[in-house]
Amino acid sequence: MSFDVNGRSYETDEEGYLANLSEWSSDVAGHMAELDDCDLTDNHWEVINFLREYYEEYQIAPAVRVLTKAIGKRLGKEKGNSKYLYELFPYGPAKQACKYAGLPKPTGCV
Amino acid sequence: MPVITEHLQVPRVQPDAMAETKPFVAKAEFQEALGFPGKLVDNWQSVALDKMSELLGKYRALPVFLDACVKCGACTDKCHYYLGTGDPKNMPVARQDLMRNVYRRYFTVAGRYFPKLVGAQDLTESVLEDWYRYYHQCSECRRCSVYCPFGIDTAEITMAGREILASVGLGQKYANEIIGKVHKIGNNLGLPEPALADTLTGLEEEVEEDIGVKVRFPLDEAGADVLLVTPSADFFAEPHVDGLIGYAKVFHQAGIRWTLSSYASEAANFGIFIGNYDQMQKVAERIRQAALDLGVRRIVIGECGHAWRVAYSYWNTLIGPFDFLDTDYPAPQHVCEMTYDLIQRGALTLDPSANDNKIVTFHDSCNVSRGSRMGSIPGGQFTLPREIIQAVCNHFVDMAPETTHEQTFCCGGGGGLLTDDLLELRVKGALPRVTALKQVVDNHGVTHMAAICAICKSQFSKVLPIYGFDMDMIVSVHQLVGDALVFDSAH
Repeated sequence: MSFDVNGRSYETDEEGYLANLSEWSSDVAGHMAELDDCDLTDNHWEVINFLREYYEEYQIAPAVRVLTKAIGKRLGKEKGNSKYLYELFPYGPAKQACKYAGLPKPTGCV
Repeated sequence: MPVITEHLQVPRVQPDAMAETKPFVAKAEFQEALGFPGKLVDNWQSVALDKMSELLGKYRALPVFLDACVKCGACTDKCHYYLGTGDPKNMPVARQDLMRNVYRRYFTVAGRYFPKLVGAQDLTESVLEDWYRYYHQCSECRRCSVYCPFGIDTAEITMAGREILASVGLGQKYANEIIGKVHKIGNNLGLPEPALADTLTGLEEEVEEDIGVKVRFPLDEAGADVLLVTPSADFFAEPHVDGLIGYAKVFHQAGIRWTLSSYASEAANFGIFIGNYDQMQKVAERIRQAALDLGVRRIVIGECGHAWRVAYSYWNTLIGPFDFLDTDYPAPQHVCEMTYDLIQRGALTLDPSANDNKIVTFHDSCNVSRGSRMGSIPGGQFTLPREIIQAVCNHFVDMAPETTHEQTFCCGGGGGLLTDDLLELRVKGALPRVTALKQVVDNHGVTHMAAICAICKSQFSKVLPIYGFDMDMIVSVHQLVGDALVFDSAH
């Protein structure tokens, strides 16, 4: 599977996750969100940027409590919970946000 | 989208209702990493029959199960996937017959010479496709086997089916990718040691902020008494992580020195799901190695259904003997056995009113219920978790008896099917359980359902909202324990 952004083709896996992580750009993220009818606001970008920073350091998406804590620090304590993250990413913060951030899908019993 | 009715209805048969449903096939790199061919081999028919012949010799139950069925029909309405989909190939007998008919054709005299008389079937491409579809529409939950007068275990046939499929190049992406991660990194998620350490430090801070007590989450601490092996979902996801916090609080209050291992950071063992003994052994071996390296005296398993089945029923053969562990304790020990013993000995200070905002029911997980035991009495796997819950909650209600204990319904996502490419199947397969849940919600005001399996917890988090329930309804048993533990200056 693949999609085109700005005249360039990007390969994905069967579920639309970017095959080559290094090809990610903010336009690619925007395009993937558009496919899901999701408008990326500044708060979405806070999550996406944190995911990318964390992945850069640890080669894995952050655990849910690591993520909610970080988002609480960045966006205010009332937003540092998974309920808010589900409002932003209704398909589940771990999976949907990872997809837009160009990260592989978390696997396992999650 | 199935509709919840007051009582569970047996659906009308809808041929091929789920014929389009199948999981993604594993890519070559994940197949080859486990020693399977990267794609469907050209001579797949002879490879499949050779593998079948090998399995018939190796697993002596398999030919018995294939020979014994008398088509009595007792199993037909017992499978949650049949009840949720109406596809007749999801009747356990029909799912078994997909292999049984091929077995007759090539491995019985009557089938070799008079195939039509005995319903024998050539192993054709369309049969192979049916195997891939319907052996991935069985969660190996073994509910049907409870009702079979011969005790035929459909799960064993499903496992053999998947093993043959993987050996011809048709492995399942979800399971095989995960097993590869365990070999490489140590857990299903692919969570490396630095990320695990960072996550645990964060949990220590969170618990201290919450209750003002420095509860530790030790990692790789040699000389600890207990090695806790828990599903990696406990580090990563909700509501699982609250269960992990609960275990840590129990260890803390009981004064038990414990540790997690970054080498064996996974209790789950997907080797059982794909029916491959070698993979199961290799995954389990990491735990034995970690226990020896850390010099622990006990191994405790966290809330994970099939992990407990593998540990309880297979470990001794796979990675035993455990003569290096303390013989005063079961080896391995379930975290519920540990907590139950501590409660019995009065070692925990509990205030069940902390959970007074909840009316709790308990979902028996299939692998615990039908593949293992807890404690020293028959049925301990049913009574121990319930007694724990009742020690920490004032309000407990059981669901209908034909849906609990050994008759429990699968959550709909077990056996290696907890993957988004099978979401439709997962939703439909959850119908029997959510029907029973709705009865206790409507009649008794149940607000929460506790479970002791990572797969069940993730599955219910996903499907409960689809059925109109709150996602937060599903909780870990040890979350309830952790919330009821009283910490004062003495602790």
